[in-house]
Amino acid sequence: MTRPTVDLRPASLPPNPSPRPLITQLARPQVMALAAVLLVNWLLFPGFFSITWQDGRFFGSLIDVLNRGAPVAILAIGMTAVIATKGVDLSVGAVMAISGAVAAVLVTNGVSAPVAVLAALGAGLLCGLWNGILVTVLEIQPIIATLVLMVAGRGLAQLITEGTIVTFSDPVLIFIGTGSFLGFPMPVVIALVLMLAATLIVRRTALGLLIEAVGVNRSAARFAGLSANALLLIVYTFAGLCAAIAGLIVAGDIRGADANNAGLWLELDAILAVVIGGTSLMGGRFSIPMAVLGAVIIQAMNTGILISGFSPQFNLVVKSAVIIVILVLQSPLMAQAFRRRPSATPSKPGTQE
Amino acid sequence: MTRSLRPLMATTLIFLFAYMLAVLQHPGMLSTRVLGNFLTDNAFLGIASVGMTFVILSGGIDLSVGAVIGFTTVLVAALIMWMNLHPLLAFAIAMIVAAGFGAIMGAAIHYLKVPSFIVTLAGMFLARGGASVLSPDSIGIQHEFYSTISKSYILLPGGGRLTVVGLVMLAVFALAILLAHRTRFGSNVYALGGSETSAALMGVPVARTTITIYALSSALAGLAGIVFSLYTSAGYSLNALGVELDAIAAVVIGGTLLTGGYGFIAGTFIGVMLQGLVQTYIVFDGTLSSWWTKIVVGVLLFMFIVLQRLVFRAGSRRP
Repeated sequence: MTRPTVDLRPASLPPNPSPRPLITQLARPQVMALAAVLLVNWLLFPGFFSITWQDGRFFGSLIDVLNRGAPVAILAIGMTAVIATKGVDLSVGAVMAISGAVAAVLVTNGVSAPVAVLAALGAGLLCGLWNGILVTVLEIQPIIATLVLMVAGRGLAQLITEGTIVTFSDPVLIFIGTGSFLGFPMPVVIALVLMLAATLIVRRTALGLLIEAVGVNRSAARFAGLSANALLLIVYTFAGLCAAIAGLIVAGDIRGADANNAGLWLELDAILAVVIGGTSLMGGRFSIPMAVLGAVIIQAMNTGILISGFSPQFNLVVKSAVIIVILVLQSPLMAQAFRRRPSATPSKPGTQE
Repeated sequence: MTRSLRPLMATTLIFLFAYMLAVLQHPGMLSTRVLGNFLTDNAFLGIASVGMTFVILSGGIDLSVGAVIGFTTVLVAALIMWMNLHPLLAFAIAMIVAAGFGAIMGAAIHYLKVPSFIVTLAGMFLARGGASVLSPDSIGIQHEFYSTISKSYILLPGGGRLTVVGLVMLAVFALAILLAHRTRFGSNVYALGGSETSAALMGVPVARTTITIYALSSALAGLAGIVFSLYTSAGYSLNALGVELDAIAAVVIGGTLLTGGYGFIAGTFIGVMLQGLVQTYIVFDGTLSSWWTKIVVGVLLFMFIVLQRLVFRAGSRRP
């Protein structure tokens, strides 16, 4: 692991123009972890991989994993960008509650659904912008800056819903949470489109490189002529937008806005998904598709625990075990252990990406 | 020294000012009864916040305290009701378990070189999950010791009651002030928060100090859990959900710098009392809904962070 901290991608580094072969892509530990989890699920529940077509859409446990994993996957897309800048956004769960509350209250008061959706997304953008301003203008540590909204946000959401669970029967909002497109559940489609768009934008333009530059060293990036503050504002606003989308999905799914429980602790799941995806918490190295894969792994584990008959709380123990394994694998101690054995495995790529 | 005491004084003044405003509207709030309840109702939060103060002073963060409180309430209840142990023995076991848990987290933070944030996140999942594996349901505690403790209090002039639970919190704060400002461990914590590299070069035992800090934080969270179980006479895995956020807010409102190396335990006490004041005011007012607590605490948090920024702007621009 003697590589530099900045993992310059093939797309941006001329000396290494050939893209990574498909076989090494598939050999990534995340892909193997997902395969292992799915295999265990299949052993526990032989019908796990069966997918049926009914009423114009796919049904099956696998589809269910994707569908339930979609909100966390969407949060993880925004969170990846934030963590890549060496930040973190703790407020996404609260922003989900706010966006759901805004949409539900507007729709029940007779506002048309598209306007309500736009207003909810706007609320998410504003929340993200607020976090971004705290981080850039006031130069507050991200973890604390976003803590403000994490604490106050749920209160704001309750203020909007006036403490009740606002239920609605608007077809458009319900479609976002439970509808289907080309046979796939709407949340999955949204997550997929968002992932592809975000990946294309950061990898086909210089934006990804700039985000990594800010993550590695914000001062150096500024001295190199990057407007680091503008970039950070964009990143936090994007995370707010992602949270708003996830909030709409969750509200549509339960046909109501629950300010207390919508997105509760999902920020932690999103961070976990990003970490599983191999994005470094120290900033500078990130992968959006891998974070989405991380979210799917988390959901596959959740589903596995449910079908194996353990109590849902058992999830937490498994999740913490996963974090511990990842931390040990990513730690400098492990890197040293690999380095001490010369020539056998000079740079094992498995543990990091 | 006056300049460095400024945030502490600001917090104290804001608390006194807010209390005065509250008393002007509701004269009933100026009584030893209300003050006694302040201490009792916020005892577990106060004790947990003391541990959090040490962690934040050292430049870290501990997200596991709420989960450790929840775990301790279940463990204590299980030991008393299922194993028929005496509560005092159960308390000792629970404290040792919690301290060991914190020590492991501290060791992971130091030796694996990962941010405290992610290690204590894993700790939070583990403690919550462990608690619900022990018992997914609430366990009621029926024991003479518990009823004696909850009945005993010191009567204050004016009819206020200083309960055992409140006294425990005051004692913890007093001991913590001594520990932070009068011992070598305290100086080491401040040095570590200032700069880990400089601290190591000055001869601060970084590994031992880090492990002790997190062991102390978890042990105090364990004590907070014991206090919580005395307060509610039950153990439940979902007890004290999100208390880590209240504790962090109390520490920040108390004027401790989040980048570490600067702050006061006494400030944390005022931070806890200020949160208690907000809750009590909302109860007294009657027309305000409970969610205003969250919003006001968020606003206070924001105000104090900005205040810190302004006071320390002259210092280092970026860490």
